[in-house]
Amino acid sequence: MSSTVLERYQQLAARAEALRQQAAAQYRVQIQVGSATCEHAAGSQVVYEEFRKHIAASGRPDIRLHRTGCTGRCSREPIVSVIMPNSLPVKYQQVDRELVHQIFTTHIMEGRPLLEHILDGPVESIARYELLCCQSERCQEFLRQIWGPNPGAYLKERGIPSQQARATLASCFGACAISETPTTAHVIVRPDKVLYRLRTKEDLDEVLDKHIGKGEIVKRLLVPGKTVGRKFLELYGDVAFFNRQTRVALRHNGIVDPTRIDDYFHYRGFEALATVLNRKDPQWVIQQVSRSKLRGRGGAGYPTGTKWQAAASSKERVRYLICNADEGDPGAFMDRGMLESDPFNVIEGMIIGAFGIGAHQGFVYIRAEYPLAIERVENAIAQCREWGLLGQDILGSGFDFDIEIRLGAGAFVCGEETALIHSIEGQRGQPRVRPPYPTEVGLWGKPTVINNVETFANITAIINYGPDWFARVGSERSGGTKVFALAGKVRHTGLVEVPIGTTLRDIVFQIGGGMPEGREFKAVQTGGPAGGCIPASMLDLPVDFDTLVRAGSIMGSGGMIVLDDSDCMVDIAKYFMQFSFDESCGKCTPCREGTKRMLEILERITGGQGTFQDLERLERLARLVKKSSLCGLGRAAPNPILSTLQHFREEYAAHVVDRRCPAKKCVALIQYVIDPEKCVGCTVCAKNCPAVCITGARREPHLIDQPRCVKCGRCFEVCRFNAVLKL
Amino acid sequence: MNTEPSVQSMDNWPEVEATARQVLGQKICQHIEQARQLKRPESHLIAILHKVQAEFGYLAPAHLDAVAQLLQVPVATVSGVASFYHYFRLHPRGKFMINICLGTACYVKGADRVAQKLMDELGIQLGETTKDGLFSLEGCRCLGMCGLAPVLTVDGDVRAEVTPDRVASLLEEYVRKGKA
Repeated sequence: MSSTVLERYQQLAARAEALRQQAAAQYRVQIQVGSATCEHAAGSQVVYEEFRKHIAASGRPDIRLHRTGCTGRCSREPIVSVIMPNSLPVKYQQVDRELVHQIFTTHIMEGRPLLEHILDGPVESIARYELLCCQSERCQEFLRQIWGPNPGAYLKERGIPSQQARATLASCFGACAISETPTTAHVIVRPDKVLYRLRTKEDLDEVLDKHIGKGEIVKRLLVPGKTVGRKFLELYGDVAFFNRQTRVALRHNGIVDPTRIDDYFHYRGFEALATVLNRKDPQWVIQQVSRSKLRGRGGAGYPTGTKWQAAASSKERVRYLICNADEGDPGAFMDRGMLESDPFNVIEGMIIGAFGIGAHQGFVYIRAEYPLAIERVENAIAQCREWGLLGQDILGSGFDFDIEIRLGAGAFVCGEETALIHSIEGQRGQPRVRPPYPTEVGLWGKPTVINNVETFANITAIINYGPDWFARVGSERSGGTKVFALAGKVRHTGLVEVPIGTTLRDIVFQIGGGMPEGREFKAVQTGGPAGGCIPASMLDLPVDFDTLVRAGSIMGSGGMIVLDDSDCMVDIAKYFMQFSFDESCGKCTPCREGTKRMLEILERITGGQGTFQDLERLERLARLVKKSSLCGLGRAAPNPILSTLQHFREEYAAHVVDRRCPAKKCVALIQYVIDPEKCVGCTVCAKNCPAVCITGARREPHLIDQPRCVKCGRCFEVCRFNAVLKL
Repeated sequence: MNTEPSVQSMDNWPEVEATARQVLGQKICQHIEQARQLKRPESHLIAILHKVQAEFGYLAPAHLDAVAQLLQVPVATVSGVASFYHYFRLHPRGKFMINICLGTACYVKGADRVAQKLMDELGIQLGETTKDGLFSLEGCRCLGMCGLAPVLTVDGDVRAEVTPDRVASLLEEYVRKGKA
């Protein structure tokens, strides 16, 4: 009777596709508006409403307006995609009400895209075709053999004009997962959604002649089957920020409608679940996950397969599954991105996990600070129940599983698994001593598996595209990709997903676009308050769970904050120590008292009162707290101090010995002075000074009365002649 | 001999229940009743406190007492939970709630200066409410919009890339709204 699961699945998928087709047949033009908390903050709701009005006014029935999640290109939001037949999808950045009007009248009604507003543009022209060439490590060598050193130059050599076709290098789109031979180059032809496998130069020439030249698809070179990154790159492949990423967990972000289950079905939704339930073998699930070398994405990197096996082998029959969406690290927003933009994927991953470990009740523990994520997950759970994908007898397999949402209430320590369990039980979120680990004694004393959102988001990809492919994507000991939230002093901020083992340099400079004008890279802070700062000299470090620990930091959940020469490392350490001190739950002494004392020492140092002995005391105390605290929060709290002491000791020394802050950040150690040579006596600084301590007549050099100066920096900001100096 | 009637007469449950119901209002009482039908009602305590705060803006001692009675959980547990989690406020809040993100990305992009400007303009510290009851100012750790740093929210509406210069006009906007 095993076929009933697949039959049920196919019925549902057909129903979803029919709903979708019904809509698609009617529409010729699609407008997608990004919709997530950050998109809303940038004004996407106004944009959506404005498009709706324009469509209504135009009376055109063939335009479909819909919301997609967020692609994670924060600094360019709101992002709008316009998809018209037989042309490349066009994405616009920083769309506002005025631009909506222009897009509608010029692009949609008259067919002329607005080149100056294109995402990551402006561009000179939009070609008819775009060839995306896989440039992953495995395909790279062969790419060169077939295309020569530069694909763009080869197109020119073949006499193809730039309006007709453009070649772009992209990251792995997962074609290798279904390829029998590794010696092939893969290319996607946009907008025709075609993936070719090229073995020889003749194959390439045939594609160029027939497809690019005459618009005929070369059937003999088509790659059968589906690949992981394809749908995403079909829409976003031309954008440099995206095509250098390898999107697995985020593969549907920005293309799927996060509020509709039928849309999710279109992207192989619930196919992995059907495969798993059809096999009726929980052990198979755990084997697949173990083979994929997936390690927990919450921070510690514990092998997921091992964790699941531990719970599955328990004698207890009642077991629980928890999705940890208490993304408390300041500077991290990966989980929010996934929950808001592709919630069904996370839920499907949870159902598969529950089947693997034999749980019938699951919980999603979300921060209360993420209202939209809560709303989207609630909606997704309700739709799954309606379609028989949650509840009793899922897909006719006899397996029961349901999910409840539990809200956090702003306690960072609840990200720690035993504290999280207490919080779900309705208690104060304080951790307890481990062992026993939650996989033995967890929620209400039963075996419990807790995984991070991103871990669950990877499960469907592992089942659909195979654990061996997943393992190959990552590094030797850790399979797959990692999503980072890139923020701080970097040109392109947003969500970045790259294979584990990618270097920091690639992430910050290739994808992130490097530093803004005139600033110098100083360090990357990874892992939030539990992590550390990695200096410029270690930029070529491959990012992996183990390598980061060796560098004095941790992978953490994936926050990555770029710091420049204006950031003081002692101040950063103090910032994190203030955070850990505020968030310490108070249960164990080393953490409760230690964080307070370490904070006091750091305040002394940044306040200009530090001594050389303070550095020694600080280091000794940091090591003590690290060794003796009860839970992960306390054990990791000294990391920001230890890593900055390790890599930036001279900066600490400058504070305590020379009484100066090299980054000119610590207020007590700087002073503002007016350069009489440069000052023209415009009086702007004096007018703006809140302490009224700047004197001087008009057209005469001004003077700051140092004892009265509060060092607010206002004069420094307002001076147009760079006459105010920060010393 | 028989003391039972007098024990029963000591039971003031109907009175306690009525007070609690009056304090919380019908909507929240319904939630609590629903929770009590489920397995492990006490595990819904945090969710119920969220509902109370959404309704009243903060958690007063009377609210905590009423929740404890109706959920049949010791009041010490309820107040322990309410005071443990930062999200719960134990004092009344102003008409507008300003929440400034002090997460790392916002911090390195100058959120500390925006916070200072807010405190100067409003004449209050973080966690306080202005005397006219118009604004409450809170700092929080990361709203997850690091790409748009520095950010703050006013009653849930997100303001991106806020600079100290924009603080005054932003406050004025709400002062006007408050009067309207």
